[in-house]
Amino acid sequence: MAIPEQLLSIHMQWSDWLHLWMHFLMLSLLSIGGAVSTLPDMHRYLVSQQHWLTDTQFNSSVAIAQAAPGPNVLFIALMGWNVGLNSGSMWVGLLGVLVTMSGILLPSTTLTFMAARWGHANRELRIVRSFKLGMAPIVVGLLLSTGWIMCSSHNIPTRDWPIWLLSALCALVVWRTRLHLLWLLALGAVLGWFGLV
Amino acid sequence: MCSSEDKMIPMSDQTPVHPRPQSLADLFFSFTLLALQGFGGVLAIVQRELIEKKRWLTPEEFVEDWAVAQIMPGPNVINLSMMVGNRYFGLPGALAALAGMISIPLVIVLILAVMYSQFANYPGVAGALRGMSAVTAGLIFASGLKLIPALKNHPLSQRVAFILSAICFVCIGLLRIPLLYVLLGLGAVSWSLVFKKLKK
Repeated sequence: MAIPEQLLSIHMQWSDWLHLWMHFLMLSLLSIGGAVSTLPDMHRYLVSQQHWLTDTQFNSSVAIAQAAPGPNVLFIALMGWNVGLNSGSMWVGLLGVLVTMSGILLPSTTLTFMAARWGHANRELRIVRSFKLGMAPIVVGLLLSTGWIMCSSHNIPTRDWPIWLLSALCALVVWRTRLHLLWLLALGAVLGWFGLV
Repeated sequence: MCSSEDKMIPMSDQTPVHPRPQSLADLFFSFTLLALQGFGGVLAIVQRELIEKKRWLTPEEFVEDWAVAQIMPGPNVINLSMMVGNRYFGLPGALAALAGMISIPLVIVLILAVMYSQFANYPGVAGALRGMSAVTAGLIFASGLKLIPALKNHPLSQRVAFILSAICFVCIGLLRIPLLYVLLGLGAVSWSLVFKKLKK
């Protein structure tokens, strides 16, 4: 990112935090396929409409959460953190984390929990069994697609062939051996550090 | 690795034939460790840890639970962790798994965010992230490959199941049709085909 980072100073009222929370509650219900699918709307809301985050803060929130260990949904926490930082201190940042994370998780986790319960209690019903079995091939296709899409975001063959080769080799190694995954991640990090992929 | 009874009666885990988490603390720490191994997403690690190492789920159970986790709103690995917790310990289990997935990774990501401004200008850092994300792409692709055997006893026959997987891959991976439409379209087709096939 650019060195003289554009700073933003905002003043968040309680009503603003409530507004933010409610917006994330709504996005939670829409986040089928993961929180990432609501990224475009989050950008619209946080950066373009409310001006609570800079573009740089928005992008780095996503990038850091992707690079860090843990579920990618933590980029939501970093957005709340940055909104809080912009409006005051690290303590306000923690409030921001609480607001955005509880907003994005409460509705979806509650719904999933109830659905899983219902499905489990009614697991002998033909409609439930056929749903789960019917989805199985789709799930396999989805996993293959996810790996493929992540890989093909690098799309200049002359420049990107080493990175494709690395992905393909990793897929092969994981598929066929039981090598610990952290070795592969470390290999990727080292190759990338020295600019080899 | 998984017994044959399991394949015939999905979700019948009243008497688990495979290992299970010992306690809520076991759930919490297992999911914490699992989350901490996931750079660029936890999905690839979930399949390795839960099915191959801990064997809390058979591949068939994983595929079934993953379908629900994927269809419900919210981050799918979080949904899956809650479903695994719920399977063995009910609501407290779901909460322990959720807390495990989130709490310590959250602290780490905040520390990283604070340090980020100092490291962001090293070209090596950006390169390392690029390399790790390429590895992750390979890992996720491999977790798809590894679940293919779970379709062996599929009620629609293995071949039809493969064709459905391939259509799904073409729609999402190649044509980039939004997930929602694929789930509503292809998912509904597959669901009704199986529904007709299953008698009683």
